[in-house]
Formats: sequence, C-alpha cells, structure tokens
Amino acid sequence: MKYVDEFRDPKLIRQAAEEIRRLARPGRHYRIMEVCGGHTHAIYRFGLEGLLPDNLELIHGPGCPVCVLPMGRTDDGLALAELPEVIFTAFGDVMRVPGTKGSPLEHKARGAAIRMVYSPLDALKLAEAHPDRHVVFFAIGFETTAPSTALTLLRARELGIRNFSVFCNHVTIIPAIRAILDSPGMRLDAFVGPGHVSTVIGCRPYEFIAQDYGKPIVVSGFEPLDILQSLVMILRQLAAGRAEVENQYARVVPWEGNLPALRALEEVFELRPYFEWRGLGFISQSALKLRDAFAEWDSERRYTVPGIRVTDPKAAQCGEVLKGVLKPPQCKLFGRECTPERPVGALMVSSEGACAAYYHYVHRAAAAASLER
Amino acid sequence: MCLAIPGRIVELAQDRPQLATVEVAGVRRQVNVDLLRDDPLGPGDWVLIHVGFAMSRISEAGAEEQMRMLAMLGEDEQAMQEIEGYRFGPET
Amino acid sequence: MRTVVEQAAATAGGRVRFRDARIEMAHGAGGKASRRLIEGLIVPLLRGQGGDGSQAGKLAEPLADAAYLDVDGTRLAMTADSFVVRPLRFPGGSIGELAVNGTVNDLAVSAARPLALLLTLVIEEGLATETLEAEVRAIAEAARRAGVEVVGGDTKVVEHGKADGMYITTAGVGRVDPRARCAASEVRAGDQVLVSGPIGDHGITILLARGEIELEAELRSDTRSVYPLVAGLLAAARDGVRWMRDPTRGGVATALNELARDSRLGIVLREEQIPVREPVRGACELLGLDPLHIANEGQFLAVVAPAQAAAALAAVRSVPGGEAAVIIGEVRAEPARTVLAAASYGGTRVVDMLVGDPLPRIC
Repeated sequence: MKYVDEFRDPKLIRQAAEEIRRLARPGRHYRIMEVCGGHTHAIYRFGLEGLLPDNLELIHGPGCPVCVLPMGRTDDGLALAELPEVIFTAFGDVMRVPGTKGSPLEHKARGAAIRMVYSPLDALKLAEAHPDRHVVFFAIGFETTAPSTALTLLRARELGIRNFSVFCNHVTIIPAIRAILDSPGMRLDAFVGPGHVSTVIGCRPYEFIAQDYGKPIVVSGFEPLDILQSLVMILRQLAAGRAEVENQYARVVPWEGNLPALRALEEVFELRPYFEWRGLGFISQSALKLRDAFAEWDSERRYTVPGIRVTDPKAAQCGEVLKGVLKPPQCKLFGRECTPERPVGALMVSSEGACAAYYHYVHRAAAAASLER
Repeated sequence: MCLAIPGRIVELAQDRPQLATVEVAGVRRQVNVDLLRDDPLGPGDWVLIHVGFAMSRISEAGAEEQMRMLAMLGEDEQAMQEIEGYRFGPET
Repeated sequence: MRTVVEQAAATAGGRVRFRDARIEMAHGAGGKASRRLIEGLIVPLLRGQGGDGSQAGKLAEPLADAAYLDVDGTRLAMTADSFVVRPLRFPGGSIGELAVNGTVNDLAVSAARPLALLLTLVIEEGLATETLEAEVRAIAEAARRAGVEVVGGDTKVVEHGKADGMYITTAGVGRVDPRARCAASEVRAGDQVLVSGPIGDHGITILLARGEIELEAELRSDTRSVYPLVAGLLAAARDGVRWMRDPTRGGVATALNELARDSRLGIVLREEQIPVREPVRGACELLGLDPLHIANEGQFLAVVAPAQAAAALAAVRSVPGGEAAVIIGEVRAEPARTVLAAASYGGTRVVDMLVGDPLPRIC
C-alpha cells in the first residue's frame, strides 16, 4: 500500500530507533505526551515503545473523543434511541461505550433501533430511505470529523431532509491541550501533535504551546516511521534548547489547514460556553453545537434529552488515565473488573482509548519483555 | 478522530462533482471531495480519507522528501562517527 | 409431576457461571463472548448427562472442532455446525457450500476422513423455491467435490421474518486416522505454525456482500474442503502434526489463542509472514479491522514438529490449492498462554482473541 508501506520500512525503523537512543541523553528523563489516541493506538499496535530507550517516557493524552465524553451524554443519546420513531446511528467506536443502562449494542439487543454507520452521509441516506422514521446521528470527534458532520448538515438542508438530526458531541483539541498544560503537577517536556486534526486546523493553533509554555510540539503522522521521526525531531529541539511547532506530517498536513473545512465549521457550528470532559472537568469554549440556523437538525432542540450528569464509578480512574497521570495498568480496575468485554469506562472499548491499546497489545507486557529477539 | 487512509482517485463522478471513486489496495469506495474543492482533483491524485470524506491531498514530493530525510538518519550517524574518530584520546 | 426442565435442573451436574442477562450477537461471533457462553453455561449443564458410560468425560476435554467416539476399537469424529449467513449467496459461494465445507473441514482438522453428513434445513416461509433448489444443488456439488455423502436430515419451515431466508445445520462423521495424535497437549515449544493460505477472504467478502459499506473489491469467499491438503500433510508428517484447527469465526487470532490457553504455551507470529491478499488488507485498513480476527472458510492451521516442518510445508504446497501455504510462526514456552506478533524491526504486540463482533472502527 502506497504511502503506508514505505513508512513501515524495517531498516529505516531500526535506524530511527537508533537515532532516538543516540539523542536521548543519559541521566535525563524525557516525558513526552502524544495527544491523540490514534497515536497511542499506533505506538502499541506497532510495538514501538519497546524500541525506545528507558529514559523516554510516553504520556498518553486525552485525544480520544469517545473517551472524554461523560457517561451522561451517552445516556442522553440512548434516551433518543428508545423513542419509537427514532433510528439511532453512530460510528462503530461508539457501539460498545457503556451508558448507565448499557452500551448501544446492549440497547440494540433489547430491541432499540440502532445502526452503525461509516459516514454521517450514510445516516442521512438512511433518513431519505425511511421517511416515516427520524434518524439521529450521534456525532463524535474532534476537528477531524466535525467538518464531515457540517457538510452532511449542509446537504440535509439543501435537500430539505427534515427527518434527520445530529446529536452533537464534537469537541475541540486546543482547550484540552491547554488544560493539560495548566494541570498542576503535570510535567511534560514536549508534545507529539495530533496529525489528522491538523489537516483541518493547520499548525498555527499550536504556536501558543511553544511560545507561551516553551514546549516543542511536532505534528506527526501515524505510521511507525512518522512517530519515530517526530520523536527524533522533538529530541533535537530539546537538545538545542528550541521550542517550536514543527510539521513532521507535511505530506498531508497543510500549515494553514483546510479552508473549506474551516468555513463549513464556521457556517454550521458555534462554540458551547462550556462542556464537561471526563478527566478534565468543565472547559469553556471547548465543544461545538449547531447554530440557530440549523436548529431544525439539532437533536437537542427537536427532542428533550434527560441531561443528567453522571459521574464515573468511584473506583474507576478514567480521568487520571486521560490526563496522563496514570498509565492504564495502574488503574485498579484494569484487566480485572474492567475489560473490553465488561468495560467500566469508554477508554477500554474505544479504539483510541489508552486502556484498550494496553489491554489488546500490551496486556502481558512483562512476559513479552522476556521474548528473545 | 484518527483513522484516515491514503487512497488514489480513480475517477470523478460526472454528474456529482462532490463525489469521486478512490482505490485503496484494490478496494474501491466513493468519497465526498467537497473539502478539497479549492484545489481540483484528477485521477491519479492521492488523498487522505476519513469517514467517507477526502480531507487532504497527499504530496508525492512531500513523501519523497520525508523518505530522504529518514534515509539520512543512518548517514548522519556514520558522519558523526567519522568525526568522532578524529578525536585523540582513549579508545572506547 | 416435575416438568422436564425442573427435572433437568435437579440433576444438572454443572454450575452455570454465565452471568449475562441476555444473549447478544457477540455470543455467536466466535470470540471471547462465545467461549464464555459455551464454557459457562452450555458445557457445565451438558457434561456427563447420560449414555451408556462408554463416552463419559468426552465433553470435559478442551473444546475442539470435533468430538471423538471410540466404537469397538475404531475412533470416529463427530461434529455439527450451523450456518447463519446473510446474504445467502455471495462471491465465491453460498450458504449451502459453507454448510458442507464447514463440517467437512472440522472433521479434516480432527484428522478424520469425512464419511457422511446429515443436513437440517430451517426455511423461512416465502423463500423462492428457485433459491432453495439452487442451495440444494450447491450442497450436492460441494459434497461431491468433498467426497462425502449426505445421508439424511430434516426440513422445517418457519414463519416469515424468522430465518433470514434459510438456516442450515450439518452434522458430520468421519474416521480418524489411527496414527494421528492431534491435541493441544501434544504441542511443544519449538513447534512451527503453518497456515494453508491467505486469511480474511471469507469474512471481508461477506461484509462487503451485505452492502452496508459501499466498498467494492475483487474478493471471493475461500470456501472449500481442506481435506486434500490435510491428507497431504498427514501423509508427509503424520507423527509430527501436533494440532490442527480451521480458523472460522474469530479468525486465526482466536484459534491460536485457544491453543495457547489449552496448551499453556506461547505463540510468536512473524508479522511479515502472515499471508493476506491485497484487497483484504485494503478493506481491513479502511475499516480498522485486523485480518487475524476475520473468519476463513477454506484454510486451516497446523502446528508441526520442527524436524518435519519443511516436509510438511512442501507437502501442503504440492497439493492443488495449497501453493500459498506458509509457516507464520512458532510455539515458545514463554510468554505462556499468549500469542504475540513480532515485526522484523523488533516491535512486538499481543494478538488478542476477538472481543464481540469485529466492529469497523472509524476514529
């Protein structure tokens, strides 16, 4: 596969890993956060952590849009799914997320009309095909995915499809990064920046990290060589005492972002005054809602949702894992009461959740370390 | 947020300018290319696909440049070793 | 007067450990949830429930593809499988072919020569006769190709809406090669893991054939009888063949995890050796699926002693249809009960058993 296989070249991977080991100064402990859950997933899927020197610690960030959604919002969506005329649609990632009365899959098993879709456009098509039903699209994602929802809403309006609405849980990445930087006790040296969010927002929004907080941030692709190269670039900045925004993923990420995408976002969405994030608490201006012009396609205005705030079970440490304070195996429930089959929190079932990455790829890591190469 | 795959544009839909067929390792799929309307696409172009939308164009030159830099990582190391070899001092 | 249920409850030997209130799709997907249902509810209640005592204890053994019966000195293998697939027809085959090949393959990987099948049809009211006829012809043809005879069965019709067109069950019996000794307990560290050909074709074909995802690919189900390949393998390396399995639902990952669990050993796969056809890889990358979790209907896994591995591979490759067989890894003592995949650059990851249905990821 072009643009994939080259970036998995074993010889170049070994070379890049060598360079990282050479650059990481002994006696210094590096703490580098990869913001995006997709990077966490890639790091463990490709076994990259095992190639890094012991003094380079990867801290897993909150860039998992399903993980940061508080359980109450999932409950709200599922309350809509229980309405007889509603067909509830969402991406595969949402299907196993636990709500108070079970996940969407479990609701489906009990008879609710729940369908998985691969694109918001599929949800819109479903509405066209079922004029007697109302299709709700449970929208999640950062700025990577929000433009797709925006374009779908523009199309719904253009075609006059009225039996369709979006339950919007889109969140924005910058306030989350800022919240991490402002966390008391959080000591980070640098960031591996989100790759696909950046195709939309560009690299400029990260400048405050370098300028105001003095931390390097390298926007990174998702193949093994991308991630390793980004770490090389970070270590070089740290060695030289620089703090800059760099774009490792330049083959895909335009520095200025995607203008049509940003315009679509501007036309359809506005920022909520505040939104609750699992682990990070209430953050102002950090989530999107539909503008008044699109009220007709806003599930929260077409219907009334319970809007009950649900806190995580006391024993669950999802918030701390999301902030990077704990690694998944340090959560007392990891692998015991909380597994992908019986998840307590979304991090164990989201494909970008740190807990899921560890559980699937690293669960028996201690044993794997004894593997001879 | 993050699953996005490179695909090659195979054809643009004649009647629907916002749609194109892309191919990924022999698998074809129709995607919406509206987000790239400012920079018109043609067959043979590579794009990054996410939830049925083309998000960005992939630059062949950008990828080649990157591969060159990655290949040089090993060379840098060799160059460093050569330079270090000129220092006088105890052998390690 | 007790009802049958009350009576059964009173005599049931096993303790039910299955706690889910409801049965979900995941319980039929072949992964962890399926295993929990079978081991937690079905096996405990059925174990040691009757017969003349000659087959007592059979259900207690690690769950294999077939059950073994010793009848007057002859070892027979007996297996059953049900086929629930939508759509009924797909590129490369149909439910009828799956029904025959699935059971034939379960017998083959139990080192048994398939002899006869029983066929049960549960047909949905309203199904076109044309469709039924096509399936019965497909069954006849598949049976002919597999060298097995359909000797009996049953037919039922259920109300419209209750059978996705048609459900089929086949039960098969075969004669076990008396010199074969295949079981998880036979596997040793150093043994080599062989797969007969590329993986993931069937599952992805079905996913695309459903039409829910608008992907087009040149893909066909790999449904076929693997008996000729198994026969070739056994002829060349009989006492070196330690274990075999056909990786259907849950894929190669699930089958090897079951082996790792049952044998208490570890398995390390070489990532680059795992054979996957390009369109399967493309579809998996697009959907965020792992080919190791995808169902196969025409492949088998074998674990072979190192001294015979080369001969085993050559033997399978020399049978028509086995040309793409490849050694994909080996058994190790550590890490126990774990399946790992190692990349040539040194990266390692755990290959987990499938959890629930393989759901395409988007994010």
